[in-house]
Amino acid sequence: MAVTEAVVFELPEESPTQRAWRRLSKRKGAMLGLMIIALFLAVAILAPLLAAYDPVQQSWTAIRKPPSPAHWFGTDESGRDLLSRVMFGARASLLAGVVSITIALGLGVPIGLLAGYGGKWTDALISRITDAMLACPFLILAIALAAFLGPSLQNAMIAIGLTATPIFVRLTRGQVLAVKVEDYVEAARAVGNPPVRIALKHILPNILPALIVQATISIATAIIAEASLSFLGLGQQPPAPSWGSMLNTAQRFLSQAPWMALWPGLAIFLVVLSFNMVGDGLRDALDPRER
Amino acid sequence: MLLFLGKRLLQLIPTLFFVSLIIFSLQQLLPGDPALAMAGEERDPAVLEQIRKQYRLDQPLYVQYVYWVGGVINGNLGESMRLKEPVLTLIAQKFPVTLQLALMAIVIALTIGVGAGVISAVKKDTPIDYVVNLVALWGISTPNFWLGIMLIFLFAVYLGWLPASGYVGPFEDFWLSLQTTVLPAFVLGNSFAAVLMRHTRSAMLQAMGSDYVRTARAKGLAERKVILKHAMRNALTPVVTLGALELGTLLSGAVLTEQMFSIPGFGKLIVDSVFNRDYAVVQGVTLVTATTYILLNLLADIAYVLINPRLRS
Repeated sequence: MAVTEAVVFELPEESPTQRAWRRLSKRKGAMLGLMIIALFLAVAILAPLLAAYDPVQQSWTAIRKPPSPAHWFGTDESGRDLLSRVMFGARASLLAGVVSITIALGLGVPIGLLAGYGGKWTDALISRITDAMLACPFLILAIALAAFLGPSLQNAMIAIGLTATPIFVRLTRGQVLAVKVEDYVEAARAVGNPPVRIALKHILPNILPALIVQATISIATAIIAEASLSFLGLGQQPPAPSWGSMLNTAQRFLSQAPWMALWPGLAIFLVVLSFNMVGDGLRDALDPRER
Repeated sequence: MLLFLGKRLLQLIPTLFFVSLIIFSLQQLLPGDPALAMAGEERDPAVLEQIRKQYRLDQPLYVQYVYWVGGVINGNLGESMRLKEPVLTLIAQKFPVTLQLALMAIVIALTIGVGAGVISAVKKDTPIDYVVNLVALWGISTPNFWLGIMLIFLFAVYLGWLPASGYVGPFEDFWLSLQTTVLPAFVLGNSFAAVLMRHTRSAMLQAMGSDYVRTARAKGLAERKVILKHAMRNALTPVVTLGALELGTLLSGAVLTEQMFSIPGFGKLIVDSVFNRDYAVVQGVTLVTATTYILLNLLADIAYVLINPRLRS
């Protein structure tokens, strides 16, 4: 007599990160964005190896040359190779995007946790200050901060980071208020966990998806803000390359060398578009309603 | 309605207080002696002493703040170190220029944004919808100073149709004023249009799936009437508030646009002041911009209540 044995396949349980990645990887726009960001990141890191020319080396024999086999993107008003400058400029832009949002997260998340989890007066005080900061238009506050701190890439990053902080304070506070009434937080409190532990071990991991989505979109905003500050002369200082300051110079040579304006602008556009596409994809992938 | 208005006005007090505190604190970021930083190239001890006295830098911080905020309430935002004119007079001179630019940008953004949003929602999941969405994503991701440069190249340098920079007031020469402001207004309105388009599309989709639209269709109304009279009218209510939140971006954008097109407005004033270390003007412009933004939001909230019959009661 034949005996049929039941074969049971045990599916390994999927972690939240694996699930988010699986869902994100199905979104073509987000994956394309991720690839473009990876490409720019690689270019920024490997710029000294990839660039054919020194980005600040002037050449009086190659002033405002159009794109050619020797200079793929052409040259600028000082005869500097534009491709090399765009490559090195990626460093300033990506660094500014990541560092300023790290500052905003580092300040905004703890303050937001304090507001959401702290007492009534702490919350009221933090919320009013946040409202006031959000009332100042982003770039104008960043310009004012950068003006008083002094023009440099470092100060531009601090200015953008401080200006973006209230966005994370408000988001964290809102998320904490929604999560702190959940059963698992009540349970953690009931067994005697101290508030700091509850905030860090139980609340923070649960509000992380919303913070990741906002951080990704904010990096795009920060990159535009850095380019804007550099365009106005308040960010990276010449002769160091930055996409914003390259555009500022290019504006003066539009009729003689329009290619000078094309490449840095295209680079900003591609990076910002990519971060926006990844942000949109992450929002869908991390949305619990889609499970 | 009156209760709502009263509550909303009361909420403004702490916000404005903290805004003034933040803008006053900017001065404390100046490295070293603020008087020395404010004086710029000037090193004459008598001038430095005068600056210290004028801005009460020799007094405790809270005293400095009380005097500063007292001046602000009385319409005294300080004096420009460079132009030797009251900051408020400078702002009053530049404000109409930025207002003209902003109003034109809003008209352009509303026409493109709301129009494209409605079309995209009506033609959902068709190639038209995909194209409109792509254009909106492009609009949000394009830095307006790059778009400005590219448009200057196309319309001023290459085609020679419009001037590359400069400004003429509408009362001086209306036609020339339109020519000098149409490009900057389009640049300024571009990302605003993209955001409006996204909001309009989602609000329209929600409205078109509602019962009252289904009823209107069941009654046999023409599709055009259903969309324009029933769906669009209701969908535009949230767009008003969401659009108002983006006005801050418009004010920020004016800084870059005015700088790029050499338009002597509010934005150019702040940038010029930054480079001339004219800190009183920087503080004054930031304060006026923030207050304008807060008041615009208040107006948007009131408009939202007024156009939404359910909230009016």
